[in-house]
Amino acid sequence: MRDPARGEAPLVSIRDAHKRFGDVEVLKGVSLEVAKGEAICIIGPSGSGKSTLLRCINALVPLDAGTITVSGIEVTDPKLDKIVLRRRVGMVFQQYNLFPHRTALQNVMMAPVHVLRQDRREVEQRARELLRKVRLEGKEGAYPGELSGGQQQRVAIARSLCMQPEVMLFDEVTAALDPETVKEVLVTIRELAEEGMTCLLVTHEMGFAREVADHVYFTDRGVIVEHAPPAELFSAPRDPRTREFLGRIL
Amino acid sequence: MELIAEFFRDLRATTGLNFTIFYDPFDAARFWRAFLLTCELAALSVLLSVAIGIVGAFAQGSRIRPLAWLVNGYVAFFRNTPPLVQMYFFFFALGAITPTVPDDIGMEVPLVSNFAWALVALSLFAGAFNVEIFRSGIEAVPRSTIEATEALGYSRLGAYRHVVLPLAFRVCLPALNNNLVNLVKTTTLAYAIGVPEMLYVANQIWSDALNVTEMMNVLLLLYIALVSLLVWLMHCWERAMRMPGYGA
Ligand SMILES: Nc1ncnc2c1ncn2[C@@H]1O[C@H](COP(=O)(O)OP(=O)(O)O)[C@@H](O)[C@H]1O
Ligand SMILES: [Mg+2]
Repeated sequence: MRDPARGEAPLVSIRDAHKRFGDVEVLKGVSLEVAKGEAICIIGPSGSGKSTLLRCINALVPLDAGTITVSGIEVTDPKLDKIVLRRRVGMVFQQYNLFPHRTALQNVMMAPVHVLRQDRREVEQRARELLRKVRLEGKEGAYPGELSGGQQQRVAIARSLCMQPEVMLFDEVTAALDPETVKEVLVTIRELAEEGMTCLLVTHEMGFAREVADHVYFTDRGVIVEHAPPAELFSAPRDPRTREFLGRIL
Repeated sequence: MELIAEFFRDLRATTGLNFTIFYDPFDAARFWRAFLLTCELAALSVLLSVAIGIVGAFAQGSRIRPLAWLVNGYVAFFRNTPPLVQMYFFFFALGAITPTVPDDIGMEVPLVSNFAWALVALSLFAGAFNVEIFRSGIEAVPRSTIEATEALGYSRLGAYRHVVLPLAFRVCLPALNNNLVNLVKTTTLAYAIGVPEMLYVANQIWSDALNVTEMMNVLLLLYIALVSLLVWLMHCWERAMRMPGYGA
C-alpha cells in the first residue's frame, strides 16, 4: 500500500485485527502490509501486543475480528490448513525454544522430515548448508545445552529457514542474549533481509531497526501509533507517544 | 550339569538342605518353566503398561472431551482398587462370560487363558499409574517448546511423538522405574488365578518336598535378580537418553 510502484499484492496483509484476552483488549484494530522482500520492524513498549500480533500471523493465536492473509492464504479462515500456512511462515522466539534432546543438525532437520516428509538426505544437505550460513559449521553434533545463547538462536533461525518459508517472524530474538552475542545474531538476520527474505521483526535494537528495516511501526496499547521509514520515524517522530518512547530507549 | 546335581545331592545328605530343583529333573523342569513364565509375564506387562501409559497420557490431553473422561475414569478405577481384586474380576467375572473353544483333543478350553487374563489385569493396573506418571512428565515440558513445534507445523500427535514424549520420558524415568519394579513384583498375584508362574510352582514344590525355607530363598534371590535386571536396563536407557549440557 505504501509502495504502489511495486504494484503487486502484499505478501502479508493484516486488516483491522482485534484480539482480547479476557478483559484485556490486546489488539484494537491493527492494520499493516508487508511486500515481498521487505523487512519491517515493530517497536513499542512491552505489553503493547507485539508478540500477539506476530503469533496471529502464523495462527498460534486466533483473531477475534479482522483478517490476515499470508501469500494468498486466509489465516482467519476457519477451515485453514495450519500446516500449509506454517510451512510458509517461519518464527523465531526470544527463548530459542530448541529441542534439547536433539543435536543442532537434528533440530534443523526434524520439521522438514517429520512435517513435510521430505527426503532425509536432501534435508540433511540443506540443513548443513544453513548451519554453515549462520556460521555454525562444526557445531552440527552439539546439543543445545552445549551452545551459547547466540549459537542456539542461530540454530533456531536455521531450523526455521530449513522449512523454506516465505516470511520470517522474529520476536525479540536478541532480548535474552549477552551483549557480545547480540551482534552475531543481528548479522545473520541482516544478511537474510539483504538476500530478500521478507521479515517482520519485533525488536528493541533501535540501531538495528534503523539499519535493516524498510519501514518501522510504533505500537502502543494495541494500536499502531505511527509508521514510517526508519530515517523519518527515528529522526522526526510525529506522535508524542513515539517521541516519549524513543526518548526513553535511545 | 551333573556336577551341580551331585553337589546339591551331597548338600542334602550332609546338611539336610533340600534344593530339589537342582538335582530332581521333574522339579527342575517345572520350576525353570515357571521362571521363564514369570519373565515372560513381567516383560510383556512392562511393555504393555508402558504402551498404555503413552497412549493414555496422549488421550488424556485430547480436545475430544469424552476420550479424556474415559481415560480419567480408567485411571481412577485402577488406581483406587486392589490389584488382587482386579485380577479376580478379570478372571472370574469376565472369564465367565468369554467364549470357549475346543482344543485339539476336543476339550472345551477358554478362549482367553489364565496367563492372558493375568497379563491384561497387570498391564491395566500398572498402565493406570503409567498414565499419571507420563502426564506429570508432559506437564514439565515448557509451553514455549510446544509452541515451537506448532510454529514448525507439527500436529499434536507429531509433536507428542517427536518432542513432548521424548522430553517427558526423561523427566519421569525415576517414577516410571518405581512403578515397573512394583509391577515385576506384582506378577506373583497371577498365582491367585492359577497361572503356573514362579510362586505358584514353588508352592507346589515345597508342598511335595517340604523344603519351604530353601524354596523361599531361591524365590527371593530370583526376584532380586529380575528386579536388578530391570533396574539395570532402565539405567542403560536413561544414560542413552542423556541430554548433553543439561546437568546429570
Ligand atoms: N495467552 C495469553 N493469555 C492472556 N493474556 C495474554 C496472553 N498473551 C498475552 N497476553 C497479554 O496481552 C498483552 C500483550 O502481550 P504481548 O503481545 O506479549 O505484548 P508485547 O510482546 O508487546 O510485550 C499483555 O498484557 C499480556 O499479558
Ligand atoms: Mg513480546
